[in-house]
Amino acid sequence: MESEAKVGMDKQNSSVEIRGLYKIFGKRPKHFLQAVKDGMSKQELQEKHGHVLGLKDINLSMAAGSIQVVMGLSGSGKSTLIRHINRLIDPTAGEVIVGGEDVCQMNSRALREFRRHQTAMVFQKFGLLPHRTVINNVVYGLEVQGVPRDRQESEARRWIDRVGLSGFEDNFPNQLSGGMQQRVGLARALANDAPLLLMDEAFSALDPLIRMDMQSVLLDLQSELKKTIVFITHDVDEALRLGDRIAILRDGEVIQEGTGQDIVLEPADEYIQNFVKDVNRGRVILTESVMSDGPHADAVSEINATDHLETAARKMSEDEVVAVNITDDEGKVVGHLDMESTVAAIVKQEDRHSSPDDRT
Amino acid sequence: MEWLNEFPAMDKTALRELKKGIDSGFRAWTREHGDAVEAFFEPIKQMLIWSEKFLLNTPWPIILFGIVAIAWFASRSWKITLMTFLTMVLIGYFDMWDNTMRTISIMLVSTFVSIVLGIPIGIAMSKSDKLQSLVTPILDVMQTMPGFVYLIPVVMLLGIGKVPGLLAVVIYAIPPIIRLTNLGIRMVDKEVLEAADAFGSSAWQRLKNVQIPLAMPTIMAGINQTIMMALALVVIASMIGVKGLGQPVLQAIANQYFTLGMFNGLAIVGVAIIFDRVSQAYGKRLQSHSEVVHGK
Repeated sequence: MESEAKVGMDKQNSSVEIRGLYKIFGKRPKHFLQAVKDGMSKQELQEKHGHVLGLKDINLSMAAGSIQVVMGLSGSGKSTLIRHINRLIDPTAGEVIVGGEDVCQMNSRALREFRRHQTAMVFQKFGLLPHRTVINNVVYGLEVQGVPRDRQESEARRWIDRVGLSGFEDNFPNQLSGGMQQRVGLARALANDAPLLLMDEAFSALDPLIRMDMQSVLLDLQSELKKTIVFITHDVDEALRLGDRIAILRDGEVIQEGTGQDIVLEPADEYIQNFVKDVNRGRVILTESVMSDGPHADAVSEINATDHLETAARKMSEDEVVAVNITDDEGKVVGHLDMESTVAAIVKQEDRHSSPDDRT
Repeated sequence: MEWLNEFPAMDKTALRELKKGIDSGFRAWTREHGDAVEAFFEPIKQMLIWSEKFLLNTPWPIILFGIVAIAWFASRSWKITLMTFLTMVLIGYFDMWDNTMRTISIMLVSTFVSIVLGIPIGIAMSKSDKLQSLVTPILDVMQTMPGFVYLIPVVMLLGIGKVPGLLAVVIYAIPPIIRLTNLGIRMVDKEVLEAADAFGSSAWQRLKNVQIPLAMPTIMAGINQTIMMALALVVIASMIGVKGLGQPVLQAIANQYFTLGMFNGLAIVGVAIIFDRVSQAYGKRLQSHSEVVHGK
């Protein structure tokens, strides 16, 4: 009972705080740590010393109950980063504090308890047990925890139903399509009832329509469950759709961190610019970031300050007017948006980066 | 230029002394510890005696029925079951039933001992690269050393009889199960293991829930190999007093009884095919989950 009480308490605060995290792969990582801290480059470390710099001075705060996306191309260190949160990989230096406790300081017993009760993980290639049926896969986390079998099953059936797999309980994973297999992976993670959900490119192996579908499933669940979710992806649209906040990783370093809108409006460098140049800005930028002060004389309707520009444009065209008023959460009018500035904000691209020559 | 024509070998007297020294040292050791070693193997001896008595004293129709039933439940194949039945009937008809029972008895016990020892060794090997690099050369020696050579110390230690025969068979037959257990566990998909770790599995839970089940096809192949090698060694084991189908073969070689040798040799083949087909079919049935694939 004691441990359950403790778990309950920790669930109040499952924020993740990463401080000064370094990971060097190789035979003598500690030996090169200081050199890396002093500015040795990834190339130099690799070519001269045969060590690979996985992560360099990562500092990230992830608020409890929100979705933190970590985005980067392959080799950027994003999968390495997420594996530090439940310590599937040991760091070379730094702290990973989950719910007030440093994961890196835990002994193997504490770490196992932490993994059993505080986290659950979804994998890119699903990581299902091929010799077990769907239901026996979903109970896995609870089985490891030592929960009685009848409760394992009732929990599992609830989550199988919730992810839309009712009727497939007794199928084996390789009888299911990729999308369905990942639903099993998701159900397995949710059945664990852990406050922190780690998703490592969870939807990357799925084809686009199924991926959209799974994103909707996740957002739908999240609106109800309010877990802390760390979501790894290389897909910018996925990142913008899911992420309350997005961190962009390159060569093991965080090069920008912020909301989706921050990243689209003010990309920190050309690398990120390239990432976001084809994004549908109308679905990312919030009306409050573009609006002018005060109400507009022609406006006949109002939309919320946290709605996207696309919503504003749709409203104006439905109403056949050229302006709409913006309200805050209490319904007070805080500004307005006209058609001209809306369209300008949606189509605006930095000329020097969007010339046809650049689009290779 | 004599050293060019003849390899500069060790001095003959010194070499003789060396061999003598090792021999007498080992002999002294066996004299001192022979009883203890024999006592150590006593349970295995009892097991051998019991299983042979069981197979020989039970009326043959019951044994025949039992073997056919096992074949059916393990393979669920009419073909294999029918083949098992016919082979056993032929063996009995040509008056080789008792010797076949003796051979099956020692084969079953040595396979059992090989599994009990081999799987844990294989698991330990899969967990440690150091242990693997230590055990692999030993297994190489066990498999390539001619059977007759390790019969010598075994006979010196335990005399002739069932237990030394079993030891010889186990030494010869255990390497495949160790190797394939090790290999099977090492080949388990890394992502599935990672998933097991991520959910907080203990080392035992990981072994029981993930590694052993996923390595099972490979381990079954090892068990199958072990059975085949155990059968292959029954003729050699008969040289040190193991009764069974090997003895008439040995007799046939010494006296040039072609037909006697042929019949008993074929009986060994028959038993081997039964155990091979049945154990393979069983192994395949264990993997039934991988047969129905999405989209096919």
